[in-house]
Formats: sequence, structure tokens, C-alpha cells
Amino acid sequence: MNADFTAEELQFEQEVREFLQNDFPAEYREKVDAGIRLSKEELVHWQKILYKKGWAAPNWPAEYGGTGWTATQKHIFATEMGLIGAPEPVPFGMKMVAPVIMAYGSDEQKQRFLPDILESNVWWCQGYSEPNAGSDLASLKTAAVRDGDEYVVNGSKTWNTYGQYADWIFCLVRTDNSVKKQEGISFLLIDMKTPGITLKPIVLLDGHAEVNEVFFDDVRVPANNLIGEENKGWTYAKVLLTHERTNISGVPRGKRRLAALKRLAKNTDDGFGGTMLDNASFRTKLAELEIELQALEYSELRTLAALSVGNAPGPESSILKIVGTELAQEMDEMFVDLAGYHCLPFVPEQFEDGFQGEAIGPGNSAAAALTYFNNRKLSIFGGSNEIQRNIISKAVLGL
Amino acid sequence: MDFSNTEEQQMLQESVQKFVYKSYDFDTRNKIIATEKGFSDENWELFAELGWLTVPFQEEDGGFGGSAVDLVVMMEEFGKAMLVEPFVATTVLAGGLISEQGSAQQKAELLPKIMEGKLQLACAYAEPGSRFNLANIKTSAVADGDNIVLNGSKTAVLNGSNAEVLLVVARESGAATDTTGVSVFMVDATSAGVSIQAFANVDGKKSAEITLKDVSVSATARLGEAGSALSALTAVVDRATLAVSAEAVGAMEAMLHKTVEYSKTRKQFGTAIGTFQALQHRMADMFIECQLARSIAIMAAMKLDGGEDATEKSKSVSAAKSRIGKAINKVGQEAIQIHGGIAMTEELDVGHLFKLVTAAEIMFGNTDYHTERFASL
Ligand SMILES: Cc1cc2nc3c(=O)[nH]c(=O)nc-3n(C[C@H](O)[C@H](O)[C@H](O)COP(=O)(O)OP(=O)(O)OC[C@H]3O[C@@H](n4cnc5c(N)ncnc54)[C@H](O)[C@@H]3O)c2cc1C
Ligand SMILES: Cc1cc2nc3c(=O)[nH]c(=O)nc-3n(C[C@H](O)[C@H](O)[C@H](O)COP(=O)(O)OP(=O)(O)OC[C@H]3O[C@@H](n4cnc5c(N)ncnc54)[C@H](O)[C@@H]3O)c2cc1C
Repeated sequence: MNADFTAEELQFEQEVREFLQNDFPAEYREKVDAGIRLSKEELVHWQKILYKKGWAAPNWPAEYGGTGWTATQKHIFATEMGLIGAPEPVPFGMKMVAPVIMAYGSDEQKQRFLPDILESNVWWCQGYSEPNAGSDLASLKTAAVRDGDEYVVNGSKTWNTYGQYADWIFCLVRTDNSVKKQEGISFLLIDMKTPGITLKPIVLLDGHAEVNEVFFDDVRVPANNLIGEENKGWTYAKVLLTHERTNISGVPRGKRRLAALKRLAKNTDDGFGGTMLDNASFRTKLAELEIELQALEYSELRTLAALSVGNAPGPESSILKIVGTELAQEMDEMFVDLAGYHCLPFVPEQFEDGFQGEAIGPGNSAAAALTYFNNRKLSIFGGSNEIQRNIISKAVLGL
Repeated sequence: MDFSNTEEQQMLQESVQKFVYKSYDFDTRNKIIATEKGFSDENWELFAELGWLTVPFQEEDGGFGGSAVDLVVMMEEFGKAMLVEPFVATTVLAGGLISEQGSAQQKAELLPKIMEGKLQLACAYAEPGSRFNLANIKTSAVADGDNIVLNGSKTAVLNGSNAEVLLVVARESGAATDTTGVSVFMVDATSAGVSIQAFANVDGKKSAEITLKDVSVSATARLGEAGSALSALTAVVDRATLAVSAEAVGAMEAMLHKTVEYSKTRKQFGTAIGTFQALQHRMADMFIECQLARSIAIMAAMKLDGGEDATEKSKSVSAAKSRIGKAINKVGQEAIQIHGGIAMTEELDVGHLFKLVTAAEIMFGNTDYHTERFASL
């Protein structure tokens, strides 16, 4: 057994570190540290910096402009990105739709869509969930009816993250009602500018409209925007999902936040003449989190080791999703704890880009409760933690 | 032994329920929060008419009797409906402080106005570095002839932006965390040198950060004797702590109810999600938490109303706040999780209940603080 990096891997780590130090704009780093959201323009700008370096899509095969890295190199890269707080490219194009296009798209579709995703010229969003199709995604109803060279789409999607920024949406749509629900679903790419599409923002508990409802009213979509075969969409979407369950533990980001908690605790008065870093129950909780993070990190490394000898990621990776998200949520509670009274003010505008007013509370303490509220999503989306536990009990334990 | 409500308590409870049913649905509440003032004057007048504003006060002061059990009964109902009117700030905290610490003359002048709904107050005790330690007061009060000059910053002042009179806790002598040397001064909110930064808290209630720069008040603005206010402040904050704990108990009961109802109607995989045993057990645990939370709130209220000494009373309040804080995390987070995405939106009330209990967990000292206080008393 051996968890050490080789000399080449250590050199690679150094290279990544230097690149991020020099090329991840200091201005964005400050914003991330202060809990301020990066704007669409800033995210795209950063992704284009990665693109110029050739590192925009570590998971893509080299033939499409990926890096050709080993699993360990990808891990090193993700770790360094997380430690410095550099956002991973928005996943919807790079991580979600692109692999489907590569695996099942036509050559024409590959040429048309992949370069723009790689260069961050086009922003994608994910149109899977519907009001009545959440965990039971296969029960989705948004219908696409073939009419000559086009599909006519009617229905509604919901929870579209960053739909307001998107140029294109990839959708699961119903193309056959007469068969088992999984067998009548197709994978369709839709230009958001097509007539008949309307977006309605949904404001979440943190005061930010991060998601949207999307309505389709007789939306005419060229039939050549269909991926692969009609009624095979569910298979495509599922194959993708099992490949996406790596790098989901958030260990690097967790480490960074843990360090931030320690720094913050050292600067927070306990009210009795000391700081919160001297507070026994706070220290105990901090230690427990750090230990949990180590157990998670080594679980991830074990998954990674299996991957690098060619095994496909198994359902065990559900562990990473469950533990990673619940750990992140516990850290949110710790930030709330530390902020005390200072996280009570509800001032979301203070953490939007371009805020000019007089800030309330010390530092970004008023962001702590907002993040706590917002991150309840972590255990709900991407396959809720209940669904992940179902996967473990069925697929791993055979129950 | 009898844990049933008295007839009076029952009437009080029904009176709040009736008001909420008629005039305080979720949309109405949202509209009230959206106003600049952040609460409804009309409601406040009605509360006075209904006699609710007298509940925290002793009979000899013209009040309803000041029983902690009455307060708990009322606050639970307030919590279920998420009332944002400044009941705790004006009557329990500020009114309580005047009643505990004020002279006969000060009480006679101010308490009737509070009970008639004609005066809004706020109590400015917490400071940026004080965390939850009530004795940690750096705001200074220095004599200047017949006047006192106040300097310092106050944080988390509930109702601070709507109060006509601020009760400012300040230090006249001693070091920052000494238990003596602390006084309370009545300060007109419009006085020169007072600056108020207003905002709404995550639970929709109005609050403020306040700075005092060379604010001069007459020595007669001091409540009671110089340097003697800390034990009164402690008793009053204990009572307010119990009030928000009871409010959280009500809000948790509402969350449990809404979650169970939702799980019976929301269908996934062809069946109501409430039929999944994975969720059933967790709702059963939420129910257990709600019951324990309610029990300990009642325990603390009975001890406050009973003959125990001051330390024992404080200890029971800390026990309640600590245990209810634990329930808040569990019940609040499960309510969101079991609802799924829909609970993440501003449009559904359950998320607002979650925000209310999150704020309640912090108000007047969070769970860890009260666990430690319980151990130290
Ligand atoms: C902030 C946010 C962003 C999102 N972004 C997107 C996006 O960009 N694109 C997109 O397509 N979707 C998105 N989603 C949707 C997300 O994938 C769904 O919320 C998720 O699939 C859960 O569905 P639901 O909310 O309808 O909850 P439901 O499926 O109704 O679940 C309610 C509860 O029941 C539980 N449950 C369901 N089935 C079972 C079972 N069999 N056993 C035990 N428990 C069960 C769930 O775990 C949950 O606790 C987003 C959601 C959120 C909150
Ligand atoms: C398999 C898979 C399925 C997905 N399914 C969905 C889906 O159904 N719906 C959807 O909206 N998105 C889905 N995503 C996308 C993913 O969740 C996006 O990263 C997210 O929606 C983008 O939000 P963000 O960049 O603002 O937040 P992020 O950068 O992800 O983080 C938001 C906040 O959470 C904190 N945080 C997040 N994770 C951690 C962690 N592990 N440790 C510590 N802190 C953390 C951060 O500090 C930050 O404050 C999926 C991704 C994958 C890989």
C-alpha cells in the first residue's frame, strides 16, 4: 500500500500550484474569500484562462482537447483548485452535456458543440427536473412530438441552475407515452433563444435567484438536435451519471474552509477575554470535522486508486456524495456558530457583485447564515442523499 | 400534578389563534415585512386592545400577572404564525428591564404606555465583541456635571430602528467583563450622537446596529441605582430567552405538521413519499424532538414562576435553550430535506420557519453557550 506521489507527480503538483498562484486573478480570489458570487463574465473569463493553458477540461479525452492526464493528475489538479478557491468550470457544459455528445452524438454535433464548450463560448444549463419529476426523474412529462424535420416541445422544467445565463439547455423529454417510462425518453439540445421559451426566476432562501422555471410553449426544435436515437435518452443520461461521481467529495474545498474556520475562530472573541479557538466545545467540533475530512479524503483516494487501474467508479462513490455534502453542511453550521449575532442580518445584496452601500457586520459574517441556508441544496440535488443511500443498500449491500 | 392550561391560558391561546386565522396568513406577513417599518401598527394597536401587551407584566404594575407559563403559551402561537411584531423587544426585554430595575416613578411613567401600545422600545445590550456574555460591556457612561455621556457600539438591537426610546446598557466603572459597574440609561432615539443602521434579520424581524458618540443624557435617565443593573438584565434576558425558545417550539411544531402533511401528498415513484420508511422514522424523530423541546420549555417556565433561587432559574433557562437548540437543528434541517427542493424557495412558508428557528438558536446565546452556562452555574 502506498499513497505517495511519484517524483513526476510532485513536479506536476508544483506546476499546477504555480499556475494557479499566478493566473487565477487575485481579484476573484478575494471575492471568493469574501463570499461574493463571481459574475457570469468573471466565471467565463476564468474558464478562458484555463482554456488558454489547455486545462479547461481535465476529464475530456485528449482527442477532443482534454489534458490526457492520469487519474492522479486530475486529482492533484482538483485539489489545488479547491485549496486556492478557484471555481471549477461550470459543470453543465463541460462535465454534463459534453460527455454525452462525445459518446452518443453525431460527428456533426461534436464539431458544432464541443469546441464552444471547451472555449467557454456557450453557456449550458441542465433541463432534467420537473415539478412532479424530482427523485423520480423518469416520470418526466415535458413532451417532444415529431413534426417533419422538427420536434415540437411543450411542458415545463424547473430548478434550472443559472438558466438566466444559459445559451443552450440539454433536456430529457418524453417522446413515447406508450412504453415503460424509462423507454420513452429522449435527449434533446435546445437553443434558449427559440421562440416559445420563457424563464421565471425562483428566489431561494438566501435571497438569490439561482434557479429558474423554464416553460416550453410549442417550441420548434430541429430534429438534428436529438442526441443518438429517439427513446434512448434515459440510458445516455444514466451512463453519464455513473461517470460523474468522482471529484464530488469536495475534500479540497473542505480543507480550505476548515483552515478558514480556524483563522476566523482565532479572530473571534469568546466574550470572556479569550477567542473562540480556546473554546473547548468549538475545538472539539473542529477536530471532529478535521478527522472526518481525513477519513473522507482516504476514501476518495481508494476510489481513485481503483479508477487508475481501470475499474469503473462503482456505487461506492455514493459514499463520497453523502459524506462530502453532509460535511460541507456541518462546516456551514460552524460558520454560523462563529458569527453569532453577526449572521442574523438578512442582507443578501451585500454579497452580490458591485455592492456599494455601507456593509453590516464584521467581515463576511452576515454571509454565514445565507450559505447555511443555500447549502441545504447539497443533500437534495445531484441525487438526494436518501436516493444515494438507496443505491448503497440495493447495489452494494444487495438488500 | 397538572400540565393542562388554565382557563385564562386557554383564552389567551385561542385569542392568538383567532387573530392569526383572521389576519396573519403567510402572504399578509410577507407584505408586512416588505414595509419600511417591518411590522404593522394596526396589529400592534390590536395587540394592546386584546390585552396581549400586558401579559409579561406583574399585576401591581397593571399587568396580566407576568407568569412565564402564560408567556410560553403565547409565544408558541406567535412562533407557529411567525409574527414579526416586536413583542419580545418592547414588552419582554425593555418593559421587563424597566419593571425589574426602574424606580416607582419610572415604572409609573413608562409601563402603562407600553401596555397601551403607545411606546416602542429597544434594549441595546450586546456589543460587537461581547458575544453572549451580558457582563461584557465596553460602552462607557461618564459623568459630566448633571449629565452622563455615552460612547460605544451596540449590535443586534431588536426593534432598534423603530424604538422611540433605547435602553442602553453601559459601564460606569470597572473592567470590561466585571459584573458590577453596569447601568441602564433611557436614551431618546433621536438624540444627537445616536446613529442607527436598520435591517431585517433572517427571520424577518427588524433589528439595528447602533453607535453612540458623545450622547449626553440626564442622570435621571438611569434606571435604578448606578452600577447595579446586571442582575436585573440577567433575569430579563433569561425571560426573553425562554420566550424565543417557546417561539421556536411553536415554529418546530408547525414544521413537523407541514412536513408530515406534505409527505402524504407528494408523490414520487408512484407513491406518497410518506410511505418510505426511511422518511417515516425521521419524521418520528422530529416528533420526539418537538415533544422534548416542549417539555423542557414548560419545565423552565414552571421554575421561573416557582420559588427557586436566581441561579436555579437561570440554570433551567439554559437547559431549555440548549436542548431546544439541539431540536432546532434536527427538526429544521429534516423539514427542508424531506420536502426536497421546494423547501429551498422563498415562496414556501416552511423555509421561513427554518430561518426563524435558525435565528432563535442564536438569539440570547446559542446552544453551546447555554450548555456551558448550564455546566458553570
Ligand atoms: C438549488 C437547486 C438547484 C437545482 N438545479 C437543478 C438543475 O440545474 N437542473 C435540474 O434538472 N435539476 C436541478 N435541481 C433539482 C434536483 O435535482 C431535485 O431537487 C432533486 O432531484 C430532488 O427532487 P425534488 O426536489 O422534487 O424532491 P422529491 O423527489 O420530491 O423528494 C422529497 C424527499 O423525498 C425523498 N425521497 C424521494 N424518493 C425517495 C425514496 N425512494 N426513498 C426515500 N426517500 C425518498 C427525497 O430524498 C427528499 O428528501 C436543483 C435543485 C435545487 C434545490
Ligand atoms: C453528478 C453531478 C450531479 C449534479 N446534479 C446537479 C443537479 O441536479 N442540480 C444542480 O443544480 N447541480 C447539479 N450539479 C452541479 C453542481 O452541484 C454545481 O457545482 C452547482 O450547482 C454550482 O453551484 P456553485 O458553483 O454556485 O456552487 P459551488 O461552488 O458548488 O458551492 C456553493 C457553496 O457551497 C460550498 N460547498 C459546496 N460543496 C462543498 C464541499 N464539498 N465542501 C465544502 N463546501 C462546499 C462552497 O463553499 C460554496 O459556498 C451536479 C454535479 C455533478 C457532478
